[in-house]
Amino acid sequence: MGLRTILLLSTLLVLMVFFAGDMGVLAGTGEGVVSSSSSSHSWWFWPLVLFIVTFLMGIFAVLGGVGGGVLFVPIISGFFPFHLDFVRGCGLLVALSGALAAGPGLLKANLASLRLAIPVALIASTCAIIGAMIGLALPTNIVQIALGATIIGICILMVSTKKSELPEVPVADRLSTALRIYGVYQEGSSGEIINWKIHRTPLGLALFIIIGIMAGMFGLGAGWANVPVLNLVMGAPLKISVATSKFLLSITDTSAAWIYLNQGCVIPMMVVPSLVGIMLGSFVGVKLLVIAKPVIVRWIVIGMLAFAGVKALLKGFGI
Amino acid sequence: MVEKNKDIKVGPEQILYASILEKGMLIGLFILFITFIIYVFGIMKPYIPLDEISKFWSMNVHDYLDHAKIKGGWSWLLMLGYGDFINFIGIAILAGVTIICYIVIIPLLARQKDWAFVIFSVIEVLVLSLAASGLLKVGH
Repeated sequence: MGLRTILLLSTLLVLMVFFAGDMGVLAGTGEGVVSSSSSSHSWWFWPLVLFIVTFLMGIFAVLGGVGGGVLFVPIISGFFPFHLDFVRGCGLLVALSGALAAGPGLLKANLASLRLAIPVALIASTCAIIGAMIGLALPTNIVQIALGATIIGICILMVSTKKSELPEVPVADRLSTALRIYGVYQEGSSGEIINWKIHRTPLGLALFIIIGIMAGMFGLGAGWANVPVLNLVMGAPLKISVATSKFLLSITDTSAAWIYLNQGCVIPMMVVPSLVGIMLGSFVGVKLLVIAKPVIVRWIVIGMLAFAGVKALLKGFGI
Repeated sequence: MVEKNKDIKVGPEQILYASILEKGMLIGLFILFITFIIYVFGIMKPYIPLDEISKFWSMNVHDYLDHAKIKGGWSWLLMLGYGDFINFIGIAILAGVTIICYIVIIPLLARQKDWAFVIFSVIEVLVLSLAASGLLKVGH
């Protein structure tokens, strides 16, 4: 039953994306070109399609264990008639809203750690500003190519990375000890109280320079990179890593979102349908999580991302 | 790492941060949805007519600003009389609530003499404020 539901949804999503892609060709995606075909639709056509696609995206994001932002930018920029500037601005606001919605609950449950997030966020948010400025300064085709390469890299990361529920941290390093970055949480499934600490803090912080730049440059949420660094490099338990990563996006994406907002890269007619679509889709996704088979969904998500990554590369090369 | 210990305490600064974040997020989303309804149903006249918006979103941002005669930065504050620009109130709240959260926890961290985190938080406020200020100009 779960598999049927997923296959039905994936078929719908694929049909929707292809339908959108087809219409995108008709609408014309040329930079600086005011397409008459684009105007031939009623004004509500594209926002409605955007809402439906982001709704399905929200379902798949939850089931596939990825953030909505990482699906949003490659798919919407690849198959819709919107310019990448607006897609990135919109993608950041979508990722930001998701993080803002989840953040308070995760902090109150002590799953997201403010002490772990604050130093990391300072580096990531500063670098996200630099990334946003680089991304907006570079020619669009270069950003498209880099986005395509990054998305394909994310797919490889998703396939190859193994997560560790409770990484072994024999001794906390001096920096994390000095900053008192440690904590305690209750494992829901077993009821055990787990004390955690981290190590390799300087290396982890250094990696957030790259993560911040990429998040700002492409308007992607950076959960795909945050979690492996927090979990595998710094040794935070998986639950703490996932929750802190989600909360972290509320800070990292804030800095980049302001750059895009101040540059004029925000069109409310794109932002609100996307935001509502992805949020409603996430609610449905959480319900479907009970019956879905995560492994299959994860492969579908990886497949969609790879396809969108190749599409971004081709678009960047003008093919 | 795994211990039987029932003392799970969430730091007061974390609780405070979460509570401000939650309020700001709810207010921002509520305002955004209300203003979008006002925009879509034409209760307030938009600056760019709804049936012309699709002409602009395939342009790059510079052409869009140029063709639509819109200035970047905080100029939207001067255009709040239009249905499309009132949506920026909710967006700005969502993008600004994190700065408020940091400002609110700084005195609490200072009372705990947690100076490293006071410094981190102050710098974070400055970084986010700089991003929000519109002083950083970029372009293709």
